[in-house]
Amino acid sequence: MQYRGRIWKFGDDIDTDVIIPARHLLTHDPKELAAHVMEDIDPEFSKKVQEGDIIVAGKNFGCGSSREHAPIAIKGAGVAVVVAKSFARIYYRNSINIGLPLVECPELVDEAEDGDILEIDTTEGAIINTRTGKEYSAKPHAPYVQEIVNAGGLIEAVTARVAARKASATA
Amino acid sequence: MGLTMTEKILAKGAGRDEVTPGEIVEVAVDLVMTNDVTAPLSIAEFKKTGLEQVFDPGKVVFVPDHFVPAKDIKAAELAKIMREFAHEQGTLYFEIGRAGIEHVVLPENGLTKPGDIIVGADSHTCTYGAFNCFSTGLGSTDIAAAMALGTTWTRVPESIKFVYYGTLPEGIGGKDLILHTIGLIGVDGALNSAMEFTGPVIDNLSMDGRITMANMAIEAGGDTGIFACDDKTRAFVDAVTDKPYTAYDSDPDATYARIVEIDVTNLRPVVALPHLPSNVHAADDVDDMEIHQVVIGSCTNGRLSDLREVADVLRGRQIHPMVRCIIIPGSQEVAKQAHKEGLADVFLEAGAIWSTSTCGPCLGGHMGILAKGERCVSTTNRNFRGRMGHREAEIILAGPQVAAASAVLGKVASPAALD
Repeated sequence: MQYRGRIWKFGDDIDTDVIIPARHLLTHDPKELAAHVMEDIDPEFSKKVQEGDIIVAGKNFGCGSSREHAPIAIKGAGVAVVVAKSFARIYYRNSINIGLPLVECPELVDEAEDGDILEIDTTEGAIINTRTGKEYSAKPHAPYVQEIVNAGGLIEAVTARVAARKASATA
Repeated sequence: MGLTMTEKILAKGAGRDEVTPGEIVEVAVDLVMTNDVTAPLSIAEFKKTGLEQVFDPGKVVFVPDHFVPAKDIKAAELAKIMREFAHEQGTLYFEIGRAGIEHVVLPENGLTKPGDIIVGADSHTCTYGAFNCFSTGLGSTDIAAAMALGTTWTRVPESIKFVYYGTLPEGIGGKDLILHTIGLIGVDGALNSAMEFTGPVIDNLSMDGRITMANMAIEAGGDTGIFACDDKTRAFVDAVTDKPYTAYDSDPDATYARIVEIDVTNLRPVVALPHLPSNVHAADDVDDMEIHQVVIGSCTNGRLSDLREVADVLRGRQIHPMVRCIIIPGSQEVAKQAHKEGLADVFLEAGAIWSTSTCGPCLGGHMGILAKGERCVSTTNRNFRGRMGHREAEIILAGPQVAAASAVLGKVASPAALD
């Protein structure tokens, strides 16, 4: 998949409590959650972010709670991809599972500025910062994880498996 | 080449003789858990798979604890979705008034046996590493997949061995040990790793102390925080279940990504100042930091031994006039025992609030939300910005004794400051 979008830059250790505070966890509706995304860092963020934008952040993005509401809120706000130096493990899985692409690329994070435009090819793992023209390579997903991405998310992958199991049981 | 206990448990789950750090394996799970915040999404995703039954109702457990007793209509509806699904599926279910916080309730009910693989839609599922489980937090969709298949995938983590040695000073507990450790390695110091806690200090540490340490492995980014099974573990587990289990110990020649040796002899009671659990300082080095609220409880420090420590500090003393002190038992069993031992009377006489069991304020749910500019000393596990209320409120993490002393003095303080 190819993406082109404006960067919103955040720092290190962005935790899931600031991505979506627990006071809003009374729903898992993407649009309702999106209205509050990142509000404890930047109360205006949900109004500023546009469809197709890209979040760029430092190390350990998504640390803390297991709440899947965090990537759902980000995806619901229209963010196309999150690029970070590293991701907290549960957030990484949640993002893959719900089909929100993520890219690990420390060098790009160091050199990118808020407002830059990135072009990202998640299939090739290639990123270009259009301001500098510099090209970067993303760390590829493990093959097992890539299969979940290719299926469109974890439940899609599991559903296909369950269907295959049923088919072979009746064959 | 030898294996760590984590590698052995995952190899067992994968039906193999050994596994290697870095590889992805699919493992059979012994228990799948969710709570009232995460279950509704898990249930919705589970239903998309086309399956009508969870893989094994005896291995799926639902615990309402976060927003219950329901704080509002939406919270009531979340809990209702979970309750109805649990009853319809015939899974394990622990209702409020007879249970409490998931990570206190599951061990009390013999559901966390050595060698088990446990996944929960709650990041503090790593708590059961105290019982020699490989247990880890996952999101709702991962849990839906585990409820459907009875398996989950995991990248086999590298293990980091922590060796605690020296003489543990009086008044230093599991919370001080784990906060000190997180302060040392940082909030991503164990990212994608298993934290293995060892050494003579750990051998002498109570089960409650070990549970507190395992609970906060996630605050260093760890997949799990795991301990060997010893006589203390077996005494705890054998008192609550007669089901068989196999414990796993690390081989002497197991491979570790890193070994961290920690001399505990000169440790002092610590706190984590805002806004990261790694911002650790000695409580007595914090100058005149005025507080407005104290929260004692949670899956980290809501057990009986924690409440006994708090009562020892509060007995014959009064909560500071400018402080609200909220004490929350980890479970109904803990509450009952606290009443029998007279601890609840001590809390009430001191002017504290004695609540029913709930996660409540820890995640800013209810039962003690902070206003702008307020500061709270809390025995919980996270002091992220906005976690307990307003984004301009502050949370200071501490063990039970520091929290109780702070409640009396109206500022961050260790029990030594009471004399």
